[in-house]
Amino acid sequence: METFLSVSAKLAQGFGTTLALFFLTLLFAIPLGLLFACLARARFKPVRWLMRAFIYIIRGTPLLLQLMIVVYLPGIVFDHPLTKWEIFHQSTDLAYFCGALFAFVINYACYFSEIFRGGIENIPKGQYEACEVLGMSKSQAFFKVILLQVIRNIIAPMSNEVVTLVKDTALARTVSVVEIYFAASEILRLQFIIWPLFYTGAFYLAFSALVTLFFGIVEKKLSRYWR
Amino acid sequence: MALLEVRELKKNFGETEVLKGISFDLNANEVLSIIGSSGSGKTTLLRCLNFLEHADHGCISVDGKRIYDAADPATRAPKAIHKNRTNFGLVFQSFNLFPQYSVLENLTLAAMLKAKESGEGKINKKELKEKLEQQGMELLTRIGLADKKDAYPCMLSGGQQQRVAIARALMLTPRILCFDEPTSALDPELTKEVLHVIKDLRAAGNTMIVVTHEMEFAKNASDKVIFMSKGVIEESGTPEELFGSPKSPVLRSFLMQ
Repeated sequence: METFLSVSAKLAQGFGTTLALFFLTLLFAIPLGLLFACLARARFKPVRWLMRAFIYIIRGTPLLLQLMIVVYLPGIVFDHPLTKWEIFHQSTDLAYFCGALFAFVINYACYFSEIFRGGIENIPKGQYEACEVLGMSKSQAFFKVILLQVIRNIIAPMSNEVVTLVKDTALARTVSVVEIYFAASEILRLQFIIWPLFYTGAFYLAFSALVTLFFGIVEKKLSRYWR
Repeated sequence: MALLEVRELKKNFGETEVLKGISFDLNANEVLSIIGSSGSGKTTLLRCLNFLEHADHGCISVDGKRIYDAADPATRAPKAIHKNRTNFGLVFQSFNLFPQYSVLENLTLAAMLKAKESGEGKINKKELKEKLEQQGMELLTRIGLADKKDAYPCMLSGGQQQRVAIARALMLTPRILCFDEPTSALDPELTKEVLHVIKDLRAAGNTMIVVTHEMEFAKNASDKVIFMSKGVIEESGTPEELFGSPKSPVLRSFLMQ
């Protein structure tokens, strides 16, 4: 019979996977999003259009569907299932996790890229021109003057998106990633106990609070000097 | 020989001809005011001098050296532009201070980056910083804002911000300092303090070009005035000539307003 402690332990283990998915998604999606944002602003039109079309497709379809495609398409269409790939060393768990991570990274990179693009495009032209007439190079201007203002611009929308990611990680259960929600539903399935499912809410809430707090601190730090 | 020689400068934006062949000379230690109604090309002219726009035709010489020639690709190369732009400084209508830096940092940032680029920074970073900060403090004292060195731009009034912007441009010791309607965003009280700083700079012998709507300033604080209309210099001369006995009917009606 499950006790509060044994359930907590199982959920905590699942939450470890949730956290891994969360942080790895951020780690890869932020730089990739920056790259996407640059490509979506590229002067060479075909690149710009391709990038924007891709972002449109990813943002216009459910993450759930993208997860299915990434994880099952290789097996069904190309007869080369993810779980049989050499790099996963026969570990199905790792294969599913990486598949899910891939889908999350692409999906979130697209959302982030739109936030970054907005943040970059909101910088007044005068800031670039001031850098230019002061003889700064393009990279000096970007790193010394523009970047911090972009970060400042994107803090609020990023906070939103990252909190959404906390909860979106629960979707990974649909492709057999044993994250916290999956762990709780397994207890329900095998032992007909439902309260652990509700208990997961506490984990999500606590973590969202931490994320919100973190962004609040960053925003406060950056707003100390300028509005 | 004139410090600045501008010859036949032309600039188009698409189909619109904004500058239709602008030529003028400016001697060292002189102040040139450029007046004219909106859309006459004053600002575009200033932006061409500062290479924010590249003129389609014509050339610019400083001290007899041709630093920009629309017909010579070598002078239009980014490297040449980068090197030659230090001849000019520009003060914007909207100040454009860097909001995340303090007043003193706003002054020293560009000079610091420039020194690092040329390799000076490798020698002694701390010494360089001290030198630039001292230089910055001297300028701040001159414009009466030494006590604001640690303030951030958003904490300053518009007039104070513009004075800081002027000091920032002076940090790089440009040969010719340009002002693009420096007081248009300010109320009359703040306008006065900014014009006061510009007059001080004139007294100190700075060569300046001021695009302005302040007729009193153009009249009393410049050595030479250019009146622009529809992309050409309609009339130019001393303030006495232009304001005392305007020849062209366009200038006359402009001054009547």
